[in-house]
Amino acid sequence: MDASLGRSLQIRKPSSITRLVMFVILSVVLMMADHQGIRLHQIRASLSIIVYPIQIVAGIPSSIGRWISEAATGKDTLQHDYEELQKQNLSLQARLLKYDALVAENNRFRFLLTSAERVADRVIVAELLYVQPDPFTRSVTISRGTADEIYVRQPVIDAHGIMGQVTSTGIHTSVVTLITDPSHAVPVYVNRNGLRTIAVGTGAPDEINLPYLYNTADIKEGDLLMTSGMGGTFPAGYPVATVTKIINDPNEPSLRISAKPMAKLDHNRELLLIWPGKQPIKLDNEIPANGTEHTK
Amino acid sequence: MAPSTRNKLVITASFIAAFILISIPGPKWADQFRPDWVSLVLIYWCLAIPQRVGVGVGWTVGLMLDVLYGSLLGQHALAKTIIAFLTLKLYLRVRMFPPWQQAFFVFLLLAINQLIILWIKGIIGQPTETLTRWTSIIVGMVVWPWLFVILRKVRRHYHVS
Repeated sequence: MDASLGRSLQIRKPSSITRLVMFVILSVVLMMADHQGIRLHQIRASLSIIVYPIQIVAGIPSSIGRWISEAATGKDTLQHDYEELQKQNLSLQARLLKYDALVAENNRFRFLLTSAERVADRVIVAELLYVQPDPFTRSVTISRGTADEIYVRQPVIDAHGIMGQVTSTGIHTSVVTLITDPSHAVPVYVNRNGLRTIAVGTGAPDEINLPYLYNTADIKEGDLLMTSGMGGTFPAGYPVATVTKIINDPNEPSLRISAKPMAKLDHNRELLLIWPGKQPIKLDNEIPANGTEHTK
Repeated sequence: MAPSTRNKLVITASFIAAFILISIPGPKWADQFRPDWVSLVLIYWCLAIPQRVGVGVGWTVGLMLDVLYGSLLGQHALAKTIIAFLTLKLYLRVRMFPPWQQAFFVFLLLAINQLIILWIKGIIGQPTETLTRWTSIIVGMVVWPWLFVILRKVRRHYHVS
C-alpha cells in the first residue's frame, strides 16, 4: 500500500497550479474575444472539422430508424401517398400559373407607381444534421457551411415561415439558432394593422412571446405576425407566428402575449437558407419600358 | 504498438464515445436526464491516471464541446479545466472513498461545472434555466459507479497507465 502510494506521489506533476492559471487565462481571453465579436470563425471552422465525424456518427441511429420505417412502409401506403402527392402537385401547378400572372401584374403596378421592383430571394436547401444536445438552447446544425457561401446572421426559413438565423459557420456545417431560443428576437409587425413589435423566443419548442406591447395595443388572438425587415437580418414580409393567447393583467404595464411559430420547427428535415434580395424573379416576358399593356 | 500510443488511443476513444453519447438525438423530454458523459469520463481519467490526463486534456475537451454546442468559445473549456484541476488536487483522497462517497464527489464536480457555465451565461446576458439542469447532474451521479467499473475494466484490459 505504502509503496504504491509513494510511487503515485513521485509521478505526480510538480505544479498543476501554473497550468491551471495558464488555461484559465486562455479560456477567459477566448471568451472575451468571442463575445466581443472578434473574428474567431477561422478557429471555430477548423475545429468543427474534427467534430464533424462525431456529429455524423451520432446521427446514424436516427437515420437507421428512418430508413427502417421507410422500408417497412407498405405498398398500399406508398400508392396512396403517391396519389395524394400527384393531386397536390396538380393543384400547386395550377396555383403557380396564377402566381406567375400575379407577379407580372404586381410588377407592372409597381412600375406604374415608380417604386422599386420587388425582388425574390436566392434560396438554397440545407439538410438538418442534428439538434443541439443542450436542452436549454434551441439550435440545430445544418449541412451547409462557408463552402456554400453561408454567412453568420443569414435568415433560415421553411415552407411555412421564418425558422431562425445562422449563428456560426463551419466549412460544411453551420449552427442555426431557432426563433424559439431564449436569446433570439425577431422584429415583426401584425399583418392586420401594421403594429410593429419584437417577438422573443421562450425556450419552449413551440412558443414565442411578444413582451413589449402595452395594454392598449390593438392585437387579437389569431393575428398573423410577419417579419418587418427592421434590424436588417430578416427580409420583410415572411410569416413568423400566429398569436395564440393574450393575457391582460392589470397589474402589469404590458400584455402577456404568446404566439405559435408558423414554421414547423420540430418536424423539418430540410430547411431553406435565403440571401435576401439577391436574385430577381425571372419573368417569361419583360416589362415594357413605357409601362403599357403587353401581350404574350 | 508502443504503450504510450495505445494509452492515447484508448483515452481518445473513450472521449469520442462520450461525445457521441451526448450528441445522439433523442426525444426532447429525455434531454434533461442526459448525464454529462464528457465530464464523467474526464473525471475518471483524472482519478485513474493523473500523471497523463489533467488540466490540458480538460481544456481541449472543453473547447471541442464549445464547438459541438456552438456556445461561446472557452466557456466549457474553462469549466472542464477547473473540474480537472479539482480532481487532480483530490485524487489521492477520492480513490480511497467508498463508491457512494465517490459519487457524491462527482456530484459536486458536476454541479461546479454547471455553475461555471451558468455564471458565464449570466455574465454575457444569455437567459438561463436553473432548475432543470439539476436532473442531469443527479443522473450523472447515479451513473458514476457503473461508468467507473466499465472504464476500469477498459483501462486494465488495455493496460493504460
